Amino acid sequence: MRIGVIALQGDFAEHIAVLSRCGVDALPVRLPSQLDELNGIVIPGGESTTLNRLMAEYSLIEPLRELVYQGLPVWGTCAGMVLLAKKVTNSANGSLGIMNIEVERNAFGRQADSFESELSIPALGDRSFPGVFVRAPIIRAVGAGVEILCRLRGGAIVAARQENRLVCSFHPELTDDLRFHNYFLSLDRGDAFTKGSY
Amino acid sequence: MEKGTWKVKTGLAQMLKGGVIMDVVTPEQAKIAEEAGACAVMALERVPADIRAAGGVARMAEPTIIAAIMEAVSIPVMAKCRIGHFAEAQVLEALNVDFIDESEVLTPADESHHIWKHGFKVPFVCGCRDLGEALRRIAEGAAMMRTKGEPGTGNIVEAVRHMRAVRDGVRRLQGLPEEELVAEAKALGAPLELVMEVHKTGELPVVNFAAGGIATPADAALMMQLGAEGVFVGSGIFKSSNPVARAQAIVKATTHYQDPAIVAEASKDLGTAMAGLDMKTIPQQELLAGRGW
Repeated sequence: MRIGVIALQGDFAEHIAVLSRCGVDALPVRLPSQLDELNGIVIPGGESTTLNRLMAEYSLIEPLRELVYQGLPVWGTCAGMVLLAKKVTNSANGSLGIMNIEVERNAFGRQADSFESELSIPALGDRSFPGVFVRAPIIRAVGAGVEILCRLRGGAIVAARQENRLVCSFHPELTDDLRFHNYFLSLDRGDAFTKGSY
Repeated sequence: MEKGTWKVKTGLAQMLKGGVIMDVVTPEQAKIAEEAGACAVMALERVPADIRAAGGVARMAEPTIIAAIMEAVSIPVMAKCRIGHFAEAQVLEALNVDFIDESEVLTPADESHHIWKHGFKVPFVCGCRDLGEALRRIAEGAAMMRTKGEPGTGNIVEAVRHMRAVRDGVRRLQGLPEEELVAEAKALGAPLELVMEVHKTGELPVVNFAAGGIATPADAALMMQLGAEGVFVGSGIFKSSNPVARAQAIVKATTHYQDPAIVAEASKDLGTAMAGLDMKTIPQQELLAGRGW
């Protein structure tokens, strides 16, 4: 299985390392030609304004959007979640707009408010998941077809799925827990791998 | 929920990887940097080239300038404090900056000791010239490193020297048998624990950027190919004739550093780079990289 990781800026190397540990071929994607023959694509953490600008500059946005509409599984972590959202508050930037969620950037504040927290994510089993939140966004609202995968104790939505589109506010790629990555890889093979009805 | 952990400190540095951190002295410059694709900005009162020209004592920037820059952009904002000046660092933490640079660009406040950075919730970045210096700073709590280069010169030669020294140091440690690590730690002036970690992993325990002298897209591509995980550009952007074009070009070259055709395209029509200084013309006592212990 070939999984692409958008490698323009951010922690793409960490995603590639974890995906490799999961036993798949993980490939950096910097140009549209590198989107060919993938079984899934990850948009990593990083600075969403930078990522957005560089994706537009090298014409990655339209081909990627088209591939996701055709059913390519996609997963955005942190900045990646901001880029996938249909609507973003607290940002002047546009996004790919391919997931039916409204996201607030830097929702917890500045770096001083970055935190770690154990998360309950039923889709990953009973054991808690290590959540690493760095200047993280949250999901303010979800639209039709979106399943909420995780909330903080205060109620904030920090992970969600719409068919085979997956987003989370935190960084599974900064931990040694492979479950979230394996969950994404299972979307590829499972029933959800049908054409998106967006 | 736990804030200010080592994981979230080093995590922010990991999010900056592959990016360009730009020195800015006004909110307008900060917006230009953000718009050009900077992954963070460094809020300063003067860029290093002007600090060098002005002489005298260089201190932490005035808090109003830092606050105005934080207000202007949504990307992370860093600010510099003097080496060893933990009260300036406390002020910067109180201002809620995202990262503190304990920097040799400012006049050192302590000629024996750096700040105990583990005592802060906010992450720190520090400069280094070789592996031993990097590991000492990491031991004190730096969550990110940058090779020093020679700031404010527009001359890449020292940045190259320092990056090669760090990478050579890592390769050397990897190749040593375990029984030689204690003596090597002594020679490096670095804690054995970190020496053993580098020996095992073959990499620095934190993200390492290049800084000090980057003025062109090719400079950025050079540093990335030498092993930098991102670049700081100080005077190189706003001391050039066309800061917007140059900022965008350096961002492109940092991302596509392995693709010379893209770096070539990005290098076109940028106007004049900052003038730059030959190291041999700088009196020994005015070199900034030697600050740090």
